[in-house]
Amino acid sequence: MAKDMMPAFQLYQPASIEDALALLDRFGPDGWALAGGHDSFDWFKDRAKRPKAVVDLNGIDSLAGIRDWNGGVEIGALTTLTEIEQNALIRERFSLLADAAAKVASPQIRNVGTLGGNVSQDTRCWYYRYGLDCYRAGGVTCYANTPQGQNREHALFGADRCVAVSPSDTAPALVALDASMVIQSSQGERSVPAARFFIGPSTDITRMTVLEPGDILTSIRIPSDWAGANFYFEKVADRNTWDFALVNIAAALKVDAGVISDARIVCGAVEAVPRRLTAVEKVVRGAQKNAATADMAASIASKGAAPLNFNHFKMPLMENLVKRAIRDA
Amino acid sequence: MAYDLIGKNFTPPDVRAKVTGKAKYAEDFRVDGMVFCRLLLSTIPHAKIKRIDVSKALAMEGVLGVLLPEDLVPLEDPLMPPVLTDEPKYIGEPIAAIAAVNETVAEDALEKIEIEYEPLPFVIDPLESLYPGGPAARTEGNVGNRANIELQTLHWTEEDFASVERGSMPKGKPAVEWSAGDLDAGFANAAYVVEETFVTGSNPHHSMEPRTAMAYWQNGKCHVYGSTQSQSMIVLGLAQYLGIEPADVVYVAEYCGGGFGSKATPYPIMAVPGLMSKKIGRPVMMRISRSEEYFLGSARHCLQGSVKLGFNADGRIAAADIYCLQANGPYFGFPDFLNSAQTLGACYSPLATRFRGVPVLTNTPPAGAQRGPGQNQFACILEPIMDRAAEELGLDRLAIRMINAPSDSTLLDARQSPMTSAYLADALQMAAAEFDWDNRKLRSRQRRGSKVTGIGIGSAMHTGGFYGFDGLVRILPDGKLYIHTGVGNLGTYSYAATSRIAAEILKYDWDDCVIVRGDSRKHLPWNSIQAGSNTSYTQSRTNYVAAMDAVAKLKEIAALDLGGAPDDYEIDGRRVFRRSNAAVGLSYGEAAQRAIDLAGKFSGQEGPEDVNALTKLALGGIAGTGLVGVAKDSADVGGMVATFTTGFIEIELDIETGRHEIKDYFAVCDAGTVIHPEVLAAQINSGAVMGFGMACTERAIYDPQNGLPGNTRLIQTRPPSGLDVPPSMTAFGVDKPDPSNPVGVKGMGEPPMGAGASALLSAISDALGGHVFNRTPVTPDMIVNAANGRLQSNGPLSVFTA
Repeated sequence: MAKDMMPAFQLYQPASIEDALALLDRFGPDGWALAGGHDSFDWFKDRAKRPKAVVDLNGIDSLAGIRDWNGGVEIGALTTLTEIEQNALIRERFSLLADAAAKVASPQIRNVGTLGGNVSQDTRCWYYRYGLDCYRAGGVTCYANTPQGQNREHALFGADRCVAVSPSDTAPALVALDASMVIQSSQGERSVPAARFFIGPSTDITRMTVLEPGDILTSIRIPSDWAGANFYFEKVADRNTWDFALVNIAAALKVDAGVISDARIVCGAVEAVPRRLTAVEKVVRGAQKNAATADMAASIASKGAAPLNFNHFKMPLMENLVKRAIRDA
Repeated sequence: MAYDLIGKNFTPPDVRAKVTGKAKYAEDFRVDGMVFCRLLLSTIPHAKIKRIDVSKALAMEGVLGVLLPEDLVPLEDPLMPPVLTDEPKYIGEPIAAIAAVNETVAEDALEKIEIEYEPLPFVIDPLESLYPGGPAARTEGNVGNRANIELQTLHWTEEDFASVERGSMPKGKPAVEWSAGDLDAGFANAAYVVEETFVTGSNPHHSMEPRTAMAYWQNGKCHVYGSTQSQSMIVLGLAQYLGIEPADVVYVAEYCGGGFGSKATPYPIMAVPGLMSKKIGRPVMMRISRSEEYFLGSARHCLQGSVKLGFNADGRIAAADIYCLQANGPYFGFPDFLNSAQTLGACYSPLATRFRGVPVLTNTPPAGAQRGPGQNQFACILEPIMDRAAEELGLDRLAIRMINAPSDSTLLDARQSPMTSAYLADALQMAAAEFDWDNRKLRSRQRRGSKVTGIGIGSAMHTGGFYGFDGLVRILPDGKLYIHTGVGNLGTYSYAATSRIAAEILKYDWDDCVIVRGDSRKHLPWNSIQAGSNTSYTQSRTNYVAAMDAVAKLKEIAALDLGGAPDDYEIDGRRVFRRSNAAVGLSYGEAAQRAIDLAGKFSGQEGPEDVNALTKLALGGIAGTGLVGVAKDSADVGGMVATFTTGFIEIELDIETGRHEIKDYFAVCDAGTVIHPEVLAAQINSGAVMGFGMACTERAIYDPQNGLPGNTRLIQTRPPSGLDVPPSMTAFGVDKPDPSNPVGVKGMGEPPMGAGASALLSAISDALGGHVFNRTPVTPDMIVNAANGRLQSNGPLSVFTA
């Protein structure tokens, strides 16, 4: 349960990526990479996660900044959400990401919170965050998926012992833009498509991403393929600021003469990973971009959903957001 | 009546300190040798502690001591919440405290405490406890409340619960029942009868300043720096928790970062630093965190009930039948459930009423009074039902409210008390005019794409004043007026506005007045709690009687020194002078010096017999320093002081997302004479914002399977954010004097929240074509479900759900 009192830990503030990787290697599972801190300090204050060493990445200049990347953009993982929201290059080419970043949490949090942190953050299932011994925390039960579990904000899809959802607003946008996540470790650099960066409980129930101890997400590359496409981002939450999505949607549509030639449509907060709506993409490809197509797309948006006791509203909500995305992108 | 100060805006003296950061809240104090303490909180909802071993914790470096339940003075009333307990009755209940050189060490030490619980049955849902053989939140019983309802056991019969299958409220034997008027005839002759089962959510108080306290002992007295709405009233209860005499408590509370009812009276944990300090001989600071506030900071009572209304064809409510349970928490709680009938009675004056209810003990954190406790929850349920009745009867929604508005003959509650004044009808008419009701209502339910316009009206009431407290003012030889106030400073500035009544009566320039407050060493009189929307009324009366006493003494001294009778003298311009020749007189400073010379009653050596012991103590402290005005405000006011607010709102509801946008909000309150227009408007608007949260975003959830709280962070409970507030809001007062107050003033703090909340819910229902949710909060998921014709995830009687 909430303690609001951080335990002591060793704080390291390396100035280079090499030093950071060496530190994370040295501490292994006892180490913790720190970016903006909004997820990390929550865990520390509750004493639910207790790393011995915290490696603060904020002193590594090479991890920040936005640059052209073959007509697309490369964004350093430590770039703040505010910078992304306001960056001219991103606004011009990939306003979808700028719009998504602008909906994260609150202005104060966006000033400090980073893109890397936003996509790497842990799930917000309240039972898990409470510090209970659930599957995700290494235990043998799920508290949320029970007859009277309070699971309004939980998953419609992909449940596998755990029903927690991806909380990120930028993650669906990055999947829609077919971004790649660049990861460094002492073993070298690797690049993982955003769609495979996020992992569900059937892959590893204790992690939300492919990042393992010793890994640092260094940058995110968005290829030029979808630059300047028709975009739509919408987040529905209980409040207008400082809230996680009940459902969000990121859509990228290529439209030629009123016909949708290609589409990538992704919903967040309905599954442990950003959910790409491939069936919707399929039916809209080649269709007129109009209300009829939007309605048709909406009608299959939540197909396959397995609602829990308190979250079936996410089905019509997804359908409505898909309708709006196709219609208004 | 024309006043110099009353009704004029001014800058209260504590504003500058707040703006510059110089204001010292409890957490800001530091004294030599001060250490910190942290609390061990229960991790299960109900248990007996079989074994607790603190030896490993005490052996740690930097740990200075432990406080356990066995160290405390036992409380006589089993419903009174203890400081620490060995039978925790909710998750988060304090069991022990550890003092250490810093908080990290204290928290580390808490982890070393070995504790063995024997789990006991627990209850989250009040109804569950009333079933035959249902679980009880306490080993001693399952029902009780501070409203003279003793801790007892109550179960209903199996047959009583038959209606649950149909989703409607069962109505077994009540713990409280009263009625007035001919209910049966009212329903029998009604043109329209509606009966709804409802649930209102709980929401935490969310005081911005957590309830931190610091304490040390000096010369046998316990000095406590705390965070409370009230001042003088805190001392008695705090002394009881500390196990000492009130005269041995020094209490400092200059500022309060919000209380909303949760800091009106002493709360048990504020005694922990004093008790720990006594044990370890060091000053002790106990900072309470945001998360801990969710356990220790109180919450609004969740209500579960039914309301049946019978309307005559003209819209007049002929009969009203309310059955109301409340999730009481494990201790005495607050009588929210009783207040449901009060707001119905005051705002709609039914011709006949029956109330039945049960406060059911639950293993949820102690709930208490929160801004309009009971009145505001019930307004949220009532207003959409009134809209439906208007629609059924073919009446205008404003008209049905006007025809039921209270009058001089309206009587409230079991006691059937009259009200000293009730100008809700004026408020409705003024707000309607400002809102342009006749034209704006034409926009109701207009649809543009997925967006629908909703128009709403909501009204709420609360009692608005007490009497029987003491006033104390002093004029010193420097000629200035010192107004002693023991009411507290909860942050609404009413302590300052009401102090101006004394200045008004004594015809002072406000610049020549000093408010003395915030520290019991400053000789403060016995004043009321600062809660219950009462300060403006109650303190204007005490300051009035004290000032009148000072005026009488000024005239008496002038007559003694300058001849003639006191009535021959007049006051103005800080002088007392002959009516017939203004040149013959004394300055206030000279009169104050003469009061010192004359001593006795003039300078506080003698005081009225009927004032409180605490006022006598204060008088003793200031005797001989100047001219003292002191009196008890003893005049009976002849009824219940009631204050009202009505709000009119226009929203746009997106039925595809369940989200609404508030386009406009207008509210008018009946608070008698307006003493401070700027703060009145701030209270109306901020109360409405708090109400918008209550209506649509804020919640307290519990998992009924294990009693776990789902709300221990602001991000989980979701009070409204800056972006959830409409860009412009309009607020003002009816400004019609209450006849029972010498300057016509009534309180006003609580109804603005209920008005805002219920107006918003009325508008959401309107946008959904009259759909009635019978529940708070109404969240986007519920709206999406309703708009899509889907069943709600919540059952009609489910409590504390997501």
